[in-house]
Amino acid sequence: MKTTTRLLAVLAGTTLLTQAAAAQELNALVWCDHTDDALIKPFEDKFGVKVNLKEYEGTGAALSLIEQSQPGDWDVLVVDGIDVPRVVSAGILGPLPVGDLPYDSLFPEMVMEENHVIDGQTYAISEKFGYNTVSFNSAAVSAEDLSDMTALWSDNAPGSMAVYDYYVPVMGMVAMGLGIPTADITLDDLPAIEAALMKLKDNASSVGEVVSSQTAIATGEVDILFGGGEWVTAGLTGDLPDLDWLIPEQGAVRWSQSIGVFADSKQPDLAVEFVKHVLSPQGQAALATSSCYWAMPANRMAGAMMTDEQKAALRWDQQVDYLNKADLYPTPDADLDAAMQDVWTRFLAH
Amino acid sequence: MSKTLTIEGRDRRRALALAAPALLWTLVFFALPFGVMAVLSLWQRTDQGLEAAWTLANYAKFASSPAYLQAALNSLEITVVVTVLSVALAYPLAWIIAVELPAKYRRLALALAVVPFWTSYVVRSYAWSLVLAKRGVLNGWLGDLGLPLMDLANSRAATVIGFTHFFTMLLTLTIYASLVQLPPNLRRAAADLGAGPVQIFRFIVWPLALPGVMVGAFLTFALCIGDYVTPQILGGGNDLALPQLVMLQIGRRADLPMAAALSIVLMAAVTLAYIAMARWMKEPSK
Repeated sequence: MKTTTRLLAVLAGTTLLTQAAAAQELNALVWCDHTDDALIKPFEDKFGVKVNLKEYEGTGAALSLIEQSQPGDWDVLVVDGIDVPRVVSAGILGPLPVGDLPYDSLFPEMVMEENHVIDGQTYAISEKFGYNTVSFNSAAVSAEDLSDMTALWSDNAPGSMAVYDYYVPVMGMVAMGLGIPTADITLDDLPAIEAALMKLKDNASSVGEVVSSQTAIATGEVDILFGGGEWVTAGLTGDLPDLDWLIPEQGAVRWSQSIGVFADSKQPDLAVEFVKHVLSPQGQAALATSSCYWAMPANRMAGAMMTDEQKAALRWDQQVDYLNKADLYPTPDADLDAAMQDVWTRFLAH
Repeated sequence: MSKTLTIEGRDRRRALALAAPALLWTLVFFALPFGVMAVLSLWQRTDQGLEAAWTLANYAKFASSPAYLQAALNSLEITVVVTVLSVALAYPLAWIIAVELPAKYRRLALALAVVPFWTSYVVRSYAWSLVLAKRGVLNGWLGDLGLPLMDLANSRAATVIGFTHFFTMLLTLTIYASLVQLPPNLRRAAADLGAGPVQIFRFIVWPLALPGVMVGAFLTFALCIGDYVTPQILGGGNDLALPQLVMLQIGRRADLPMAAALSIVLMAAVTLAYIAMARWMKEPSK
């Protein structure tokens, strides 16, 4: 009897300890820029918790991870701004307490109510944004040569080139180059976009994901990165001052990432605190200059926490003009998305 | 008689007990997931999520899409070239280590052969991309020697080089394991009976070391055709391979059924390679 009591006591103690440990951990499904200590550690220190971060690329990968998880496994989700309605309709995100979040400080274009507010409830908030546009080595190619995007799929491309391997923004850029706003892309537009893409492929030496693209332009393998932007070059300009980026006269594609709390989070209050931390001026400055990639913070107040050099690399003072020239990511429905992916498959096989 | 049967029965039970952990492992971590994948390949991805459609549409799409078939062909071509090249390079190396090298240096040589396995696969691929880049190490040497520069980066050649570097070492180990077991007396006896070096190799060494070659070649085939990292990093997106196509289905659209169907196609290619190898090994002349 004594032994049984002792065993039960040990078991109960272990369970309590496990629960206590679990209560001190926050699980977040994020993009790689959230893994920087400068962003996470202040939150961990302030709340005495451990933030477990799982990186992913592509909303599809996130959905697969979530489908394989148990309800309550995750607390915070960072997701492509255009995909918020998709994850909300899947019941993944819960409502946010709007009054606790700095909506008034956001760049107006980053409020994105059409993406974040569904049936009157706010499910996510923008945290960072940037552009899929053209990065280049200014020692090899002039900005003037790249002002017309269509030159990149002409017979006289201005330099050696790589293409960022993600069909949504790159096909959006090509559409803009052809005079089609990203919101208006239809199945009928795909043949013209595909023809331009094939010419682009003929002129490009490689098509690669983030690291390969950065490596290609940083090592001088190519002079131009189609689909690149400040997220490729801004963090490298300290060591490689010739790396630059611009928005061509036809415009660029604006990407944004949003953050929200899982509907079935076991610690929603702590998760909301994490969202507030990321949206705070300090959190935003750390996120904007994360070691993984740089980009503009959604909260304008972050500017006070950043150096002049950092803001110059992100073109802080030109954002009004840039935001005007950039279209939001294309938001294809399932049929158009599948057709766009098929075009991209042919582009890769070309 | 009955005592013999009892012993046989006991041996069988003991063998089954010993094999049980491996069988259980295979069932849980291979057979069941494979079954799930096979079922999933008959479903469809829709706006609402995954739908149990029970259709061959994903396979039909693969069979009717030139880009998908091209990706499968690319994968097969790369894999065959890598396997042949790796065997051609590994056999002499394994022979030198097993036969020509004094026994005291063999351990060191084998240690050097496995050095490439100490490095992360991804890191090794990126290292090759820097070596083969337009302004990389290789062209630096060629330039210093006054030779014409090579444009190998982001090409099928780069993928083949990256793969071959890795698999030559793998094959060296499997072929070495076969060669080192051959008694030297067999070669001496054949020589005493008048056989020349070519005949000794053809009729004695090659057939006896063949299992090691075939096992290594099959491993190379299976690992190479299913690899995503090397074609992605070294191929530069210029030579779409089947594993890249699988990843493309998952990346944004989470089209797991199409990804599962393409994975089954990959499995089918590996299975066919295994059957061909097994049949070839069974032929009496081998």
